[in-house]
Amino acid sequence: MKGKLFGTATIAALAFGLQPVAAQQTIKIGFVSTFSGPQAAIGEDMRRSVDLAVEHLGGKIAGKKIEIVYEDDQFKPDVGKARSEKLVQQDKVNFISGYIWSNVLLASLKTVTDEGDTILISANAGPSQIAGELCNKNFFSTSWQNDQTPMAMGEYLNTKGVKSLYLVGPNYAAGKDMLAGVKRTYKGTVAGEDYTKWPDQLDFSAELTKIAAAKPGGIFIFYPGAHGVQFVKQWVQAGLNKTVPLYQVFSIDAITLPQQGELALGTLGAQEWVNDLPNDQNKKYVADFKKKYKVYPSYYGAQSYDSIMLIASAAEALKGDLSNKDKVRAEMKKANFKSVRGDFKFGNNNFPIENFYIQETVKDADGMVTVKTIATAVKAAVDPYAAKCSMK
Amino acid sequence: MDYIFIQILNGVQLGLLMFLLAAGLTLTFGIMDLVNLAHGSLYMMGAYLAWTFIGWTDSFVLGALLSLPATFLLGVAVEAVVMRRLYARDHLDQVLATFGLILFFNELVRAVWGPAGKSIAVPAFLGQTVEILPGIPYPAYRFAIIVAGGVVALLLAWLVARTRMGMVIRAGASNRRMIGALGVDIELLFSLVFGLGAVFAGLAGVMAAPIASVKIGMGDDILILAFVIIVIGGIGSIKGAFVAAMMVGQIDIFGRTFLPDLLKTFLSPAAASGAAPALSQMLIYIVMAGVLVWRPTGLFGQRQ
Repeated sequence: MKGKLFGTATIAALAFGLQPVAAQQTIKIGFVSTFSGPQAAIGEDMRRSVDLAVEHLGGKIAGKKIEIVYEDDQFKPDVGKARSEKLVQQDKVNFISGYIWSNVLLASLKTVTDEGDTILISANAGPSQIAGELCNKNFFSTSWQNDQTPMAMGEYLNTKGVKSLYLVGPNYAAGKDMLAGVKRTYKGTVAGEDYTKWPDQLDFSAELTKIAAAKPGGIFIFYPGAHGVQFVKQWVQAGLNKTVPLYQVFSIDAITLPQQGELALGTLGAQEWVNDLPNDQNKKYVADFKKKYKVYPSYYGAQSYDSIMLIASAAEALKGDLSNKDKVRAEMKKANFKSVRGDFKFGNNNFPIENFYIQETVKDADGMVTVKTIATAVKAAVDPYAAKCSMK
Repeated sequence: MDYIFIQILNGVQLGLLMFLLAAGLTLTFGIMDLVNLAHGSLYMMGAYLAWTFIGWTDSFVLGALLSLPATFLLGVAVEAVVMRRLYARDHLDQVLATFGLILFFNELVRAVWGPAGKSIAVPAFLGQTVEILPGIPYPAYRFAIIVAGGVVALLLAWLVARTRMGMVIRAGASNRRMIGALGVDIELLFSLVFGLGAVFAGLAGVMAAPIASVKIGMGDDILILAFVIIVIGGIGSIKGAFVAAMMVGQIDIFGRTFLPDLLKTFLSPAAASGAAPALSQMLIYIVMAGVLVWRPTGLFGQRQ
């Protein structure tokens, strides 16, 4: 009887008393990513970077404790939407970040930004719709718009004089954006273009045979995570690494390199962030990450780290008072934080205006396979959909 | 012409892998009347076990060979612990229980091997291409899959058609109750059949591993295709599974090879390249529907 009474009292206290007080004393950030299934390694890299950001902030923003609520989207749009809804309505988070996948982000966007009036910071996905007509005052990106990275690759291929290019990518929102992106800037001939089933197609034998027959000057691929591992392996097994160079976006990185290993050596990719960018914030981030987890961080992690630092800069400027959403948004837009990619500012659609670099897969001094910057592909790039966004 | 020949080989290679997976499935479904959704988990376990053994022995061939008895034992254990309780239940219960097994195995792999995928390198002597015909290079490893898969398929055909165990298996597929009445030790037979199915699934997982990556849930995607194959081929029929797997392999490769160009003749390039992968995936199901209209029990299924 006593126990039951105590229980009831506790519930009552939690329901009426403690909850609002607790909410005021913490800054709550929801983080949606993939923590299970084949792509869980990406989510893990992001989680590590978020944890490191919290550690670098001393666990506090403006004297308030940071509380991160991680949710697993299971790599599925419907689950991502449901998890986002839970974060907004049940956990009442102040911000939501994360989102690897464009289709998951698109499914979750309205629930968070419109119905929940909560600020969402995409730490990876950048579908064209959100940069253009669907642009939203509650949406910010610490990554890029999907087209931009392949556009940078296209520019680089022009300067390198690659005459013809065969494009391969998965048949979903980001795959289409990526291939459209490279075609936007690449001036050579498109020797062929294939979309593969996503996410269940693991075998690229038919596509590689088509490429071998087309004899292009290069292959351009977009295969994030596990799929990138498979494509690179099969490209080498088919002997195409000797005849057709591979140019990639988001397919060879710190997540996939442990599995691709030396097979990926010499391949070129485009990225807005590379682990060797020479700014102090990046040096600190990469060094501490390597010290803590014994591996290199990826851009997924770097973008996640930046998203937490961006939130911290806005909340810090408002001394932790997040009650006025207009003020929060205005502070976010200032992007008054030190990004690991160097200079950082937002365009009218709240996507970053940033540089893109060309990275080569190499071995580091310890014999670990990693990527290093070899050229700047484009400077202060604005995404091509910004003009379609009605925000100023 | 060379190009089409290589694409046919690609289809054969895919078909043989699918056959190995489907063989075990069709046996357990046909003989034991068991719907085993966790068959893909055995495929995954085969690959992960091989990864561990390859690490120990430092040899792909040894590691792959060691993984076969290991998956057999795993199969027998799963049969004894879980499946045996499900034979008397209806299919829905079996689906529920074996779906639970999928979750169990995925979490087990995460706990033991971690969330990141593993990589099995192609053995050095198969890392390059071979000229299967003068002037036509083909990835050596894929060619090895065709050879190994072909040998295993022949072995299985011999086992089913020419041995006493095969005879009992065929009898079991036709009439389960009757072979029990004739004094065949059903429990032992079921254990063996399930273990055998597990070995084939594991072998498919090992062989696919260097092409694909070894990852959590790797068997789940491919399992649906295996079910389509056994339905087309006729449940319980090894011959049917073989023919259907070959069909599915060719249909899949040819859909991917020629559909985009075919669609481009009457659709805009953008619409064609978007619709082609979806349509080539659908082709397999369209064929399945066609076969089922023509022969409701599949190509080589027992007439009810």
